[in-house]
Amino acid sequence: MPRRKDIKSILIIGAGPIIIGQACEFDYSGAQACKALKEEGFRVILVNSNPATIMTDPLMADATYIEPIHWEAVEKIIEKEKPDAILPTMGGQTALNTALSLDKHGVLKKHGVILIGANREAIDKAEDRQLFDETMQAIGIETPNSGIAHSMEDAMEVQKRIGFPCIIRPSFTMGGTGGGIAYNIDEFEAICKKGLELSPTNELLIDESLIGWKEFEMEVVRDCKDNCIIVCSIENLDPMGVHTGDSITIAPAQTLTDKEYQIMRNASFKILREIGVDTGGSNVQFAINPDNGKMVVIEMNPRVSRSSALASKATGFPIAKVAALLSVGYTLDELKNDITGGLTPASFEPSIDYIVTKIPKFAFEKFPQAEPKLTTQMKSVGEVMAIGSNFQESLQKALASMEEDLNGLNSIVEKSYAECKEEILYQLTFPGPKRLFYVCDAIRAGWGLDKIYELTKIDYWFLDQLEEILNIEKFLQDTKLSDLDHEAIYSLKKKGFTDSRIAELINTTESDFRHVRKELNILPVYRRVDTCAAEFATSTCYMYSTYADQCESNPTSNKKILVLGSGPNRIGQGIEFDYCCVHASLAMQEEGYESIMVNCNPETVSTDYDVSNRLYFEPITAEKILDIIDNEKPEGVIIQFGGQTPLKLADILSERGVKILGTDVDAIDRSEDRERFQELIQKLDLKQPANATVKNISEAMIEAEKIGFPIVVRPSYVLGGRAMQLVHNLNELELYLNEAVEVSNSKPILLDSYLTDAVEVDVDVVSDGIDIQVGGILQHIEQAGIHSGDSACSLPPYSLSEEIQKEICDQSIKIGKELDILGLMNIQFAVKDDVVYIIEVNPRASRTVPFISKAIGNSLVKVASKAMIGNTLANQKFSSALPDDLYFVKEAVLPFDKFPLVDPILGPEMKSTGEVMGIGINFGEAYAKAQKGANKILPRSGTVFISVKDSDKKYLDDLLPLIQKNGFEMVATGGTASYISGLNYKVKKINKVLEGRPHTVDSLLNKEIDLVINTTEGAQSIKDSAAIRRTALQNKIFCTTTMFGAFAIMQALNGKEVDWSYKTLQELHNS
Amino acid sequence: MSFPTILALEDGSIFYGEGFGEEKIDVGELVFNTSITGYQEIITDPSYKKQIITFTHPHIGNTGINDEDNESSLIHASGLVINKHCAKPSNWRSTKTLDKFLREQEVIAISEINTRKLTSILRDKGSLNSCIAPLSKLTAEEAILKAKDFSGLKGMDLAKVVSVKEKYIWNEGVWPANNIAIKNHPVVAFDFGIKNNILRLLSDHVGKIIVVNAETSFEEVMKLSPKGIFLSNGPGDPEPCTYAIDNIRKFLEINLPIFGICLGHQLLALAGGASTYKMKFGHHGANHPVQDLKTKEVFITSQNHGFAVDEKTLPANISASHVSLFDQSLQGIEFTDKPAFSFQGHPEASPGPQEIQTLFKKFQSMVEEYAKT
Repeated sequence: MPRRKDIKSILIIGAGPIIIGQACEFDYSGAQACKALKEEGFRVILVNSNPATIMTDPLMADATYIEPIHWEAVEKIIEKEKPDAILPTMGGQTALNTALSLDKHGVLKKHGVILIGANREAIDKAEDRQLFDETMQAIGIETPNSGIAHSMEDAMEVQKRIGFPCIIRPSFTMGGTGGGIAYNIDEFEAICKKGLELSPTNELLIDESLIGWKEFEMEVVRDCKDNCIIVCSIENLDPMGVHTGDSITIAPAQTLTDKEYQIMRNASFKILREIGVDTGGSNVQFAINPDNGKMVVIEMNPRVSRSSALASKATGFPIAKVAALLSVGYTLDELKNDITGGLTPASFEPSIDYIVTKIPKFAFEKFPQAEPKLTTQMKSVGEVMAIGSNFQESLQKALASMEEDLNGLNSIVEKSYAECKEEILYQLTFPGPKRLFYVCDAIRAGWGLDKIYELTKIDYWFLDQLEEILNIEKFLQDTKLSDLDHEAIYSLKKKGFTDSRIAELINTTESDFRHVRKELNILPVYRRVDTCAAEFATSTCYMYSTYADQCESNPTSNKKILVLGSGPNRIGQGIEFDYCCVHASLAMQEEGYESIMVNCNPETVSTDYDVSNRLYFEPITAEKILDIIDNEKPEGVIIQFGGQTPLKLADILSERGVKILGTDVDAIDRSEDRERFQELIQKLDLKQPANATVKNISEAMIEAEKIGFPIVVRPSYVLGGRAMQLVHNLNELELYLNEAVEVSNSKPILLDSYLTDAVEVDVDVVSDGIDIQVGGILQHIEQAGIHSGDSACSLPPYSLSEEIQKEICDQSIKIGKELDILGLMNIQFAVKDDVVYIIEVNPRASRTVPFISKAIGNSLVKVASKAMIGNTLANQKFSSALPDDLYFVKEAVLPFDKFPLVDPILGPEMKSTGEVMGIGINFGEAYAKAQKGANKILPRSGTVFISVKDSDKKYLDDLLPLIQKNGFEMVATGGTASYISGLNYKVKKINKVLEGRPHTVDSLLNKEIDLVINTTEGAQSIKDSAAIRRTALQNKIFCTTTMFGAFAIMQALNGKEVDWSYKTLQELHNS
Repeated sequence: MSFPTILALEDGSIFYGEGFGEEKIDVGELVFNTSITGYQEIITDPSYKKQIITFTHPHIGNTGINDEDNESSLIHASGLVINKHCAKPSNWRSTKTLDKFLREQEVIAISEINTRKLTSILRDKGSLNSCIAPLSKLTAEEAILKAKDFSGLKGMDLAKVVSVKEKYIWNEGVWPANNIAIKNHPVVAFDFGIKNNILRLLSDHVGKIIVVNAETSFEEVMKLSPKGIFLSNGPGDPEPCTYAIDNIRKFLEINLPIFGICLGHQLLALAGGASTYKMKFGHHGANHPVQDLKTKEVFITSQNHGFAVDEKTLPANISASHVSLFDQSLQGIEFTDKPAFSFQGHPEASPGPQEIQTLFKKFQSMVEEYAKT
């Protein structure tokens, strides 16, 4: 059936900010959907609050709205654009839930808009646990023994029936938020209570525990004529009990016979049909009892998901693109398989002749109060994928991709195996982020696979593979480099051992080993991902390395540039950098170069095979990059846009004579090396906060007194403010140095004077080597000291004078000239008492580049990339002018709801996972929209709770009139209440938590407080007041932990939501 | 356990690997199979007689061998070519390793082979005759000569080689229910190399099946008062099987319901007056899209054939019912004036997708219809 004629325009709902459980895979799927539908001639309207996405690039859709993904905002857009249909299956749970809300509020009916790709009934059947169970029963497919609860009483009833351990999952939350495993009644009550609050329908599903069962996923695509295909099967190395997003997974499934596989395949189709997913991609999860093969279905997602992004990258079958085309009426047989050059149709099942391994990446080190344990609630913040011609190669490549100082199955225990017995036993029994390594140490310690299996239920097939690797490692430990001949090295490389791991084991250096390997002519070959196991030839350049005797890469003789990607997402380095890499690649193509991308993150747009001319899905390690350079011989390599990941390779690449495009590598060192940076600042006669670099504790104490408290302390060479802390006195400093970090000659600690209440400013500049221009000045809302990645900020600045702005521009240009910047540079300033201080300089793309690019309507990365190959800013007619009379506010989105024990307070260490943009005709409107986009609902009336530290009390003089003007009542704790009364405002005093009941937390729980303004300092005070912030978060009460945040809120409340303006990027920039 | 082994192709290519299974020399036509699952079913499929199978899936042997999934009692393939052999299987149904099964059945396998390279050679040059040999028994040159000496499958009648000698009754249904047949419409199945799962499905659909030798005469079959005739899959070239073709013509004349699969499909077409040809590298896999030309529905099917029916030669009373969406080759036929139809792929799957098992329903209705008269 050809495409529907009754639809002319389609609204695509994006996934919004990156959060745990919903990452850049939805940029990938959304971007594919936009492209595919636009090519088909539909008018594509897009709403997504996340500016750091490729899908919100103005060319991707006809009308692009960077607006809150909330049904009220979307209704405004529907009123304006009058789309015929909404495609809600590309934007994860956010888009599905928004579609349901639109339907519930009668918006769809009122405006005559239909849903395509999924319908209300299907979404309900798949997402509502009870309906899902009933539906499965009707078609004779088993589900775990379970029950539904809408109250604690219900929950207790169900628990009695099911027993312990049991799994609790709230309905309609993404990434399993609020779910968990309960082994006893205390845990059970705690999880249920939180789950009932988090579920928008106050509903819990309580399941019999299938802990230890094998876990599988099927990626299914169905068209409107009921043609169904499985794109890929996925097997979890970590059995049931660990969320699939947190599990190591491999594709295709390895431990099923055909009979068992076909039962699962048939069940998947049956489920899609019964649920009523008429067109598109879905994901079905199964558990299998390893002892008898009993199969139950766990859940299904009636939309593209993280797993479908993985399956697309694993097979080369573009699920999102196909799903988008199916949603407008095409059938699978009418669509071509792009990878085989259209030789075959999309109605087939990919066959792959390699193994794909995905490993999740965690950020527990950011949340020290959270227990690093894996459960049914997803906690990982990113993932890597690797392709190998066998499991061992695939696994070891994936490990190398992780950027966690791993080069293989490194040992993790720090003492003897005998001393670590308890530790290993605990880690095997209660899975944490490093379980695989503990399993390996258990094997090394001679525990035997049977015992390890009993503890972990990791399938013997995987354990055998691990044991084989470890046996080889053991052999290598007694081997010298000179003992290894061609055959031995070739065999090691075929099993995926990295050069650096082999070198480490045989006690030599990586470069010596590499030299010998190359002398012996043991080089990787590149194979193509072709969807068909070589049955048909392919011209698509989607490649992975392996060791074999036939290379399929066929490099061209074109002039070409290699772009290094940003690896796995993590806090501090996320989708923004993938955006930058994609733009660099596109810019190179626009300039007539062949662009070659290297990356290992399956969630991204950069690893889409049709974004660059050639794609290498490889770890971003020196070994793999040098191999690719040897093979491709590019004119130059771009390392400026992928965050720290490629930057770390700068030295080794330049040592090997690789031409690095853009700013000289030395500039990185000049800006990162503290002493050289100080010299630079002094030379230019600029200012930086007093600081010191110390190599031991006593030195730290002496220097700290010189600088004066408060002081920001952190280890050198870190990204995203890892382990950074604000200390107010010598005691706190000593505590930090003793407990939080290691300090030594090779690992110095940095001390910086903390500029109290300074305004922080981020500036991105672009330079062609001669002409340097400022792309944008972002004024932070939270004061300096809050990590820039966690601060909200405004473009243009909302309270900086013209003179200060000019001064900032002048200083930026001065620094840029001195460092001889070619490409992008980011500078962070702090402004205090009209004095401008330089906080840090990064001669590379920063997190704020996509945000500024969207605001000014000009891709800074493209301009910078083109400048790097000689196209001047003048020639590119670069302008960073903002649209008249508009404000753009960025707000950070934080993952505190995923880590129950963590204090949701902002500080110098970055914790946010994503960001949103709010666009408004004044700062208040833009800020309010950004809050709504971040899913934080500003209260319009009610009671404000105020408890602020002494140094902030002076701000109350200006804040209180605003609070009063907005009609709020006030309650405050002792000191703050007295101060407020002293200013003659009406205020009710309320107890601090430690002052006896009823106290603040009681009031919060009783919903007597609608807004929390709580600033605090000092470790003890922070600890004492944590319950307030935690309770506010859990109860979705708007909470700010800074005074500047409080002022911004009051400004945001000035306008009314009904008056908000909604304009497309195209309207903003083309007029 | 493993022994140095070579795979030699008639074009002179040599692959060195590790042998396992029986340490012996064997020759056959080298084909590749892209199925991800189901090596046990594949190696016990009689259609692979005189063929050496390259598995494109990188790990083979993971689930061992179990007691339920054999498609016949023997390994029919002459040899297996594998990337990575798994010596320690992991599956709750596994009762022995692939290696042990191969040794019991005296079949050789070779692993540590670049199966992707091999597949691309076969894709470009077509199926090649080849030889697997332990290096202890043959040199590379000798193995190439052995490969060249193999006559190839063109013109080779292997159906009668693998066919059952004595007729027998089959009444057990598909796994895991394995129901015993209760319906009773005697259907005679000609065994040209029949797969067990065909019998299981026939049993579930039409009842007890009488399985007879490929060369059983028309008259003898008629003594069994059949309500339908089933023509099985099987190895080799269909053209030399004139005994079968002649028989089928007679069944067509008396309007007995006929259903053919794979070789059976080719034989039915030959009996109807069409002709067959040898394909370049055939279809061997579990992901082939086949379209029903009437309903336009697409089925993902299991395929295993090196010969095919030439659509251009179909007489007026035979219509094309199915087509491959991979290469547009003919996948099914239907007589317009007789209750007879056939399918080139494997609706019984095993291994592979099962959605086109509906063809067995179709045969069931024909048989039931016929039984009423």
